[in-house]
Amino acid sequence: MNTASQAKATNAANECRPSLARGLWALTYRELKKWLKDPVMLVMFVLQPLIWMGLLGKSMNIQGLFSSGNLGNIEIPNITIPTVYGNVTIPGTLLAKQLQQEFSKIGTSVMQNTFGVADYFSFMAVGMVSMIVMTTTMFSGMSIVWDRRLGFLDKVISTPVSRAAIIFAKILNATFRAMFQASVILALAYLLGLQLSSSFTLLNLLGVYAAIFLLGVGLSAVFIAFSIRSTRMERPMQFITLITMPLMFASNTFFPTRLMPDWMQAIANVNPLTYLTDAIRRLTILPLDASSLIWDFTYLGLFAAVLASIGIVLSWRYLTR
Amino acid sequence: MTEEVIRAENLTKVFNRSLVAVDHINFSVKEGEIFGFLGPNGAGKTTTINMLITVLRPTEGTASVLGYDIVKQANDVRKVIGVVPQEYTADEDLTGYENIILCADLYGIPRDIAKKRALELLELVELTEFKDKRVETYSGGMRRRLELACGLINRPKVLFLDEPTLGLDVQTRAATWEYIRRLKKEYGMTLFMTTHYLEEADALCDRIAIIDHGKIIVTGSPSELKDSLGGDIITIAIKENADVTSIIKSVENVKDLRNENGAYRIKAENGEATAPLIIEALRKRGYTVTRLSLTEPTLNEVYLEYTGRAIRDAEESKEAFRMHRITLRRARAG
Repeated sequence: MNTASQAKATNAANECRPSLARGLWALTYRELKKWLKDPVMLVMFVLQPLIWMGLLGKSMNIQGLFSSGNLGNIEIPNITIPTVYGNVTIPGTLLAKQLQQEFSKIGTSVMQNTFGVADYFSFMAVGMVSMIVMTTTMFSGMSIVWDRRLGFLDKVISTPVSRAAIIFAKILNATFRAMFQASVILALAYLLGLQLSSSFTLLNLLGVYAAIFLLGVGLSAVFIAFSIRSTRMERPMQFITLITMPLMFASNTFFPTRLMPDWMQAIANVNPLTYLTDAIRRLTILPLDASSLIWDFTYLGLFAAVLASIGIVLSWRYLTR
Repeated sequence: MTEEVIRAENLTKVFNRSLVAVDHINFSVKEGEIFGFLGPNGAGKTTTINMLITVLRPTEGTASVLGYDIVKQANDVRKVIGVVPQEYTADEDLTGYENIILCADLYGIPRDIAKKRALELLELVELTEFKDKRVETYSGGMRRRLELACGLINRPKVLFLDEPTLGLDVQTRAATWEYIRRLKKEYGMTLFMTTHYLEEADALCDRIAIIDHGKIIVTGSPSELKDSLGGDIITIAIKENADVTSIIKSVENVKDLRNENGAYRIKAENGEATAPLIIEALRKRGYTVTRLSLTEPTLNEVYLEYTGRAIRDAEESKEAFRMHRITLRRARAG
């Protein structure tokens, strides 16, 4: 070893104090800046769940099924009940009228028992928040492929910045984006008629963000690990399109899992999307239920911790080839 | 005695267990010199540089930069080197200034120093007036200069340049050489560069290693390498259709000759004096010289001599080059 040249080098080395926080901030800031400079993509990302929410959420007017008009003209024969005082006849037309009046009440109760809320739109709008969290984190994680292709990643690796900062910056960026997009969707849903529960306070929003953060960290870590060695976009892209639909449908995004066939319930019950959606629903449109919320957060927390650890270990392993 | 800044020992990289990109190379770079790796595309230049800058892990052997081992003390190496990669790696969505500050942050250079230095460097590479423009609006030459500036933000002791003028037009290339010379003078760095342009190696490098198929074939200064050819090249053609090899060989100072498409390519010391002697010898035997040229050896001849082919032949067509790059990238990634 050449001590003389090493001593010379120390001067320059002393000046460099690469820290995890500094590198993390610099790399995350870069991504956020890039993102904000591209408002078209921002709008495009919000557009898809907005279309789902606006068209599907509004057209699937499930509570509307139970309006009295939908019952149509029902013909009920006169009912004759024998009593000690002789036969009493209730006219069928009266019964039909009564039934029509009761029908919408039954509808409200069915809605309450199935969806927890009186309108389907509120139910599925929250599902759309989960959907955008999922797609945003997946696509943002993939930006590491671009960094590799453009040589940016190699340049970053050749600097003394902490390796952890490289991965965490990607995770944070994906998660922040997801949180922002989710806010946009929530706000739009509110404008389109989302019914907040009476127990909702602004403090609940913090819980919503915490839940989104946990799912975002877990999902993006997996996607970064998945695409870190990829030099082409096609493979991760195909993977994303392949898994988003099943993840969305085999969860409580559109419909309560309770009414699904058993095998589908089994999938939905491990699907983290179910827990995120449930947590957000309980924090916004449903009455507060502490024990369910704790369970949701425990599951999301574990999901984030386990997947982020796996993702980070894999990423570390494959960062330097 | 000058110090060794880079020392490679049996440095080897094998991709996918079969593609030997760099094959047990040994070399050392002295303090303050510009050391060039010259070779055709796919010879292993970029792979070598990527190992030295700690982006790739060697399969076998190792190297040290300023006494730090590139594998065991990778992070110490990273602090004292600067890298100007082959690709334009600056973020296109950010401005030139933002890009340099990002680099500074990655090195953990204190903010106040970083800001001052960023402006200095932008001035040096003449990008001051474009510093707040997005990089996507920059020309190729400007991007290259920005890469240079980024590579210097940590005041590196050793600067690595990978094909610094690849894809630039002739004027921009000459201008870039000027910047590199100026940077070296200003900061007194040691430079390690790769190139497949002979003129570039000749114009910039103090010493060159010719690399082919992952192996170093010869190392020396451009003039040493030219001298090692043993003299000038005389090319001669005669009117008659006859073999005059023995006649030419008998002339004093003629060291070697080859018959190339009817012309004789003669290697001779002191070419200006020897050429007339050859003509004289041929005339005496009744042959008429129709054509004669005398060239002092260039790196092209050196390259031809050591690799057995002209560098142009070694270079594949553009399409083949692109395919090769893709294969290599996949191999590196996979």
